[in-house]
Amino acid sequence: MSDVQFRFRTDEAVADPGVTVSAFGAQTNASAVRLEPGDDARELLPHLDRIKLIEVNFPSFTDGRGFSSARVLREAGYTGELRAVGELPVDHLGHLRRCGFDAFAPDIPLNPADAEAALARWDNVYQPAADGRVPIWALRHGIGRHG
Amino acid sequence: MYKYDTYDQAMVDTRVEEFRDQVKRRLEGHLSEDQFKPLRLQNGLYLQLHAYMLRVAIPYGTLSSAQMHVLGDIADQYDRGYGHFTTRQNIQYNWIQLDQTPDLLADLAKVEMHAIQTSGNCIRNISSDQYAGAAADEIVDPRPYAELLRQWSSFHPEFLVLPRKFKIAVIASKTDRAAMKLHDIGIRMVRNAAGEIGAAFYVGGGMGRTPMIAPLVREFVPLDQLITYAEACLRVYNRYGRRDNKYKARIKILVHELGKDEYTRQVEEEFAHLLTQGIEPPLAELERIKTHFADPAYDTNAPDTLDRSDPDFAVWVDRNCAAHKQPGYMIATISLKPVGGIPGDASGEQMRVMAELGRQYSFDELRVTHAQNIVLPHVRKADLYALWQRLDAAGLGTANLDTIGDIIACPGLDYCSLANARSIPVAQKISERFAAKQADLGELKLKISGCINACGHHHAGHIGILGVDKKGTENYQLLLGGSEGDDTSLGQITGPGFSEDGIVDAIDKATDVYLAHKQGDERLLDTYRRIGMAPFKEAIYE
Repeated sequence: MSDVQFRFRTDEAVADPGVTVSAFGAQTNASAVRLEPGDDARELLPHLDRIKLIEVNFPSFTDGRGFSSARVLREAGYTGELRAVGELPVDHLGHLRRCGFDAFAPDIPLNPADAEAALARWDNVYQPAADGRVPIWALRHGIGRHG
Repeated sequence: MYKYDTYDQAMVDTRVEEFRDQVKRRLEGHLSEDQFKPLRLQNGLYLQLHAYMLRVAIPYGTLSSAQMHVLGDIADQYDRGYGHFTTRQNIQYNWIQLDQTPDLLADLAKVEMHAIQTSGNCIRNISSDQYAGAAADEIVDPRPYAELLRQWSSFHPEFLVLPRKFKIAVIASKTDRAAMKLHDIGIRMVRNAAGEIGAAFYVGGGMGRTPMIAPLVREFVPLDQLITYAEACLRVYNRYGRRDNKYKARIKILVHELGKDEYTRQVEEEFAHLLTQGIEPPLAELERIKTHFADPAYDTNAPDTLDRSDPDFAVWVDRNCAAHKQPGYMIATISLKPVGGIPGDASGEQMRVMAELGRQYSFDELRVTHAQNIVLPHVRKADLYALWQRLDAAGLGTANLDTIGDIIACPGLDYCSLANARSIPVAQKISERFAAKQADLGELKLKISGCINACGHHHAGHIGILGVDKKGTENYQLLLGGSEGDDTSLGQITGPGFSEDGIVDAIDKATDVYLAHKQGDERLLDTYRRIGMAPFKEAIYE
């Protein structure tokens, strides 16, 4: 398993490796789960209160299903760690972050300066997502999102 | 037309800097070609047979004169003096140096243009009706909705790594001039029984190797739910679209395999959820965008008559001009299909001429059509003759809109690394061969693709040509009966393919069959639909 290179949380990281989605339902003491691209994130929704870590695997950077998985989980109210693992190009970091990921464990460690630049790239965004950023349309019309 | 505010400008400027950084990392060797490829593709940069090709977005095909002028300058400064207008209302430059692209993009950004998401597996530039805002038959101008969707889809964090590319078209007329049902999502703005404007969603159309006409998925999406509904359509696709086979990854395959009803059910479920998420821009944003598309200050005293005494001019007006909603005005199309020319190509100088004519005669506005022509949307009838004379002098006065000479063709094997056969020489031969017969043949849409990916829309041509590779030689299949209009249909292959010269002879025979069987005002398409394939096949393969 790759090491976590970036983490945007202050709570203590879960050390246990995530179990598969199919095993998770039966293991009532498991608090970490690993989602593969073909897994349905909505299967986890009944169990969100006992999950502390969800790893979303990107076996290939060309498979973008994990972006939707992350948003589905955050929209359902999941507040635990959401960790992207696998093939994570630096130029995806900002978008992954917007979809709700707050930890990154890339297979190949990223250049920290490049990662920092990628995460800080966009001053504003066109659409609301899972990161709570106020979209440009709200700024234009003086609307603060989420109250 | 739409003008950027400081937010829009900052987004485009930031993208230029991001790409400058990516190119730098590539040139310094920090990025491999494999790593760089998806990044450059999301910026419209392809590595083709001979050089890099850059595709520049022209949102919903609308350009200002200043923008067209810069496109001409870019052709001269960064390319070999030409640009190629595409079937998705964009422009491509075929001879670009990688290290110059950041500067080129910076030049574009100065006139509110970019190459964002013009390729790659993401939501592409949104296309529309080239007569938008001018057409006599539209219920509203579709472009404000297209602009709303443009902003939503730009850098949408969830949808930048889709299974495959994703194309959206928005129209608002009864007549479909944008091949709407052949898009991943086709949107038709409609008015419901209560008189409210909303959007009908057609999802899962497309060309390529498995052409499909998009089924209607929802008859009416209210304007204050438009973005939310689009997001639901995309999320279902991103989660469940096939990723095991590139050729089955478009949304049309998902909709086809699930069935329209099951796909719709999943979208509606996702839509109901997303309505709780507050992702829809307020209607005030749509109103803000709409103000940018207000009618120009028409001359309300413009005479509604036309001096047709010059017969060549009269032919051009009848062929290339369309009714305008404003009395005293017409919509003029500039054909980029001179006899024997390369369809859709324009020189830098021609682009600057068109820019100037747009400034002088059409309120600073031009449009690109999916048939690879340029439109001046608002021309006073009284100015048409002067306009035509200027066009003619610049080699832009060809009177062949929607005729056999108005060929759609992809770049083909002359440029494209995917192509199996050349398209351009075939187009040139057809254009020359039929120049004399053109008037008798009337409306006849001929479309050529150099491979099965169908960038030249061959499935939707009244006559379609598909170039294939047959044991190392170029071979051309002939299709009849396709249409992209309100009566969208897919062409059928006549039979065995032909050589480059053989295909031209076969078209000659097919058009003879049409002329022999034609009744009344029938187009070749109508005659084909009435008499069927057999008489054509018999003549072609006799």
